[in-house]
Amino acid sequence: MSALKIFRDLFSHNGEFAIGLVLLLVVLAVAACSFFSPYPPMDVYVVPPDVPPSWEHPLGTTSRGQDVFWQLTFAIRNTLLFGIVVAILSRIISLFIGLISGYKGGWIDRVLMSINDTFVVIPLFPILVLFYFIMRDQMSWALLAVITALLGWAYDARLIRSIAMSLRTREFTRQAVFSGMSTGKIVLQEHLPFVLPIVFSTTMNNINWSIGIEVTLSVLGFTDINTPTIGGMIYWANQHAALVSGIWWWVTFPVVLVIMLFIGLFLLAISMNEYIDPRSRLSRLGGQA
Amino acid sequence: MITQLRPMPPSLEMRAPQTAPLLEVDRLKAYYKTQLFGVDREVRAVDDINLKVNRNEIYGLAGESSSGKSSLIKTVAGAIRPPLRVVEGSVRFNFKDGERDIYKLSPQELSAIRWSHLSYIMQGSMSVLNPVRRIKHAFVDFALPHVNAKGADFTNLVERHLKRVHLDPAVLQAYPHELSGGMRQRVTIALATVCGPEFIIADEPTTALDVIVQKGVLLMLREIQQELKSSVLFVTHDMAVHANLTDRLGIMYAGRLVEEGRTRDLFKRPLHPYTAHLISSLPRIGDEAPKKGLEGSPPSLANPPPGCRFHPRCPLAVDICRREAPPMMEILPGHRAACHVAQADPTRVETVG
Amino acid sequence: MTPNLLDVENVDKIFTRGGIISRRVNHAVNDVSFSLTADKPEVFTIIGESGSGKTTLAGMILNSLAPTSGRILFQGKDLRDVRSRRDRLEFMSHVQAVFQNPFDAFNPLKRVDRYLFSAAQNFTECRTTDEVEERVDDSLRKVGLSLAEVRGRYPHEMSGGQLQRVAIARALVPNPSLIVADEPVSMIDASLRMTVINLFKKLRDELGVSIIYITHDLATAYYISDRLIIMQKGRVVEGGDARTVLAAPQHPYSIKLRQAVLSVDGAWRDDPLTEAAPVVAS
Repeated sequence: MSALKIFRDLFSHNGEFAIGLVLLLVVLAVAACSFFSPYPPMDVYVVPPDVPPSWEHPLGTTSRGQDVFWQLTFAIRNTLLFGIVVAILSRIISLFIGLISGYKGGWIDRVLMSINDTFVVIPLFPILVLFYFIMRDQMSWALLAVITALLGWAYDARLIRSIAMSLRTREFTRQAVFSGMSTGKIVLQEHLPFVLPIVFSTTMNNINWSIGIEVTLSVLGFTDINTPTIGGMIYWANQHAALVSGIWWWVTFPVVLVIMLFIGLFLLAISMNEYIDPRSRLSRLGGQA
Repeated sequence: MITQLRPMPPSLEMRAPQTAPLLEVDRLKAYYKTQLFGVDREVRAVDDINLKVNRNEIYGLAGESSSGKSSLIKTVAGAIRPPLRVVEGSVRFNFKDGERDIYKLSPQELSAIRWSHLSYIMQGSMSVLNPVRRIKHAFVDFALPHVNAKGADFTNLVERHLKRVHLDPAVLQAYPHELSGGMRQRVTIALATVCGPEFIIADEPTTALDVIVQKGVLLMLREIQQELKSSVLFVTHDMAVHANLTDRLGIMYAGRLVEEGRTRDLFKRPLHPYTAHLISSLPRIGDEAPKKGLEGSPPSLANPPPGCRFHPRCPLAVDICRREAPPMMEILPGHRAACHVAQADPTRVETVG
Repeated sequence: MTPNLLDVENVDKIFTRGGIISRRVNHAVNDVSFSLTADKPEVFTIIGESGSGKTTLAGMILNSLAPTSGRILFQGKDLRDVRSRRDRLEFMSHVQAVFQNPFDAFNPLKRVDRYLFSAAQNFTECRTTDEVEERVDDSLRKVGLSLAEVRGRYPHEMSGGQLQRVAIARALVPNPSLIVADEPVSMIDASLRMTVINLFKKLRDELGVSIIYITHDLATAYYISDRLIIMQKGRVVEGGDARTVLAAPQHPYSIKLRQAVLSVDGAWRDDPLTEAAPVVAS
């Protein structure tokens, strides 16, 4: 069962996977173009401003004298990077807490889940804004990523915990105990492979979530808006009242691209989910006849 | 030389078929075909099965895991879904009101014969009973559409049926979790038989139950069969259950039927080495003789051995067994077996431990 | 005088469910006592149906659960004193377990040999790869397999009977004096069952391992047990020499159990259904 064959079959039979993959590849291609940009990302007034889409500037230029297309490549790259970093960091936290909590049970479980539930109900957005106001000058992207990750692990920790709890009572766990394996080894080597597929699909949703956070914060100006990001572009467009002055291309293209990213990741997530569950995979097989 | 068999006891003779058999399975083949997600495989779960079940008869189907008996049962009940598909053959019922070929019926016709003509008792009773509704709703949901009674008449009918099978009608008001596993299975059997079906398929109905409970369930099933005079196709791997319940018995191995005949004949004089081993290896209370297991393991249905599928584990295998699959032939009256050695000399099997 | 291999003394296990207002008490094991001598290995069988407490009792003997009252002594030492990881490893090198479902006893995503190697590394003095492999191969040969056959295989590639034998080999790696087997053959095909059951006989006769065999199947119990106890709803209702008890049970529940066993040698006598209208609540 080679991975390539699985991909090919998923592609040809699962419409969601096909579309999702295509959308994601387009977005990644645009992000990759950023390495070939003729203009440095932070420079302004390098091209004539407010030029509508034309041959020379396929997506037009902004009021700040930047080419929309090349600015977009940097913007999507940074936004994507932020999303991925947050997703990875929060996965690590949720895996750690979920697995330990599920396997150990008892008071450790109760304490960790109380903390978990606290984080679930915390209103994310006001907290992030609060952080911004407190740490205005020291707020860097790295710091923002860490803080967002710390706020984003709670849902999945519970999911992972329930899987860990069901694994704890399986007979192979008991056999591992009777083979002398330590708790750490059991959790990492025996249980982790079961949890990873779910984690993988929630990662994509998490990327969507963190990009949403970034865009929202940037649009409102709560981040370092000199680094180009999707939200940042929209912020500047608002600052220059782009929609009112008819510079629609400044807003439209970033929005379209980020929507493509959202939908692409979402479709991939649901099609991976369907593939992972053997029953739905089988029913899709049957539906082919 | 074949020794003379004793004449059939009268009770069995009365049940000898005077009319067409109720169920005819003809050259049935059902395979799992998977060609997706990097997997390319054809599992021959049901491979050329021919059998008949007569009226007023309990026919047992025995076999171990990966013998294909569960797939066969689902195919006979018309309850299969892709990737399991019927590749060849037919399943025909001769009900009182006409013949039905299961795989030529429309979905509406198929659901019309369910519960009223053909019933299916499954292994896990909980999957039939809705855990959040009382038992009486299960009767309303399943049986009411097939019965010409409404309201109070229907309730009376159900209660009479329950009393007949020695279940307290108070059970109707209970939720499934309030009953023990054995009680739930008995309720499921009552549910499956309330419409008086002509044919009952029971798929391992007592496997998960305790021994004492199992006895009650089996007695109940036997009573219902005797009263309704229906035919029962009873599937289980437990040979002791077959010995005590069934009239005729079919043994499945690796997707094929390897022996079939009257239960008493099979137990007293098995013809196929596999049957002989299954019976002789059963430990019994009071018997201290050493028993042996079979070497090797049941074959994979995706890649079965050539020729006779049992030959790698058979103590009597000869050259032809490796090359040619033996046909299912009648070797003694009413007693078929698919074995080259038995077909040449039926007494050879007696040497098997 | 050497201490007994195992002493189970007036052991109780009570499970409580529910909060402060409504509690449900489940007296899973009720005042059970028996002993296994260290002089001669034997197969000691615990017979019971579901809900009899036999699995809970097994859990306590294996030190996975603590008794609510009473005590269990292994080689004279109270199991309650086994606490630290080192104590636990020491205990598990003498007492091992074989589980019911061989297909679940191995992680479907991992190879089966990993448990064998882990057991060799944790319970024996073997350090180098060669020593570990030799020990594992040795164990596998005792059950009729070999490392060459088993190495690198996944659970779904093997039959139930083979997997269970690998599980027994794994339990044998530390050379235990006691193996607790909870329904070890109920999920194995009939044609493979006797191979595993005969293996238990061999463990007792040739390798000197005592076995606590837990089952609901009276026929296999008759075949290999030396002594047995019959449990019902947490209590021991009858016990003694295996053949004697099964051939002529005395307690009403034992008799009922014995009569419910279906014999292959012909139809049972037609019992009239003696149950009155059954009670609804279980």
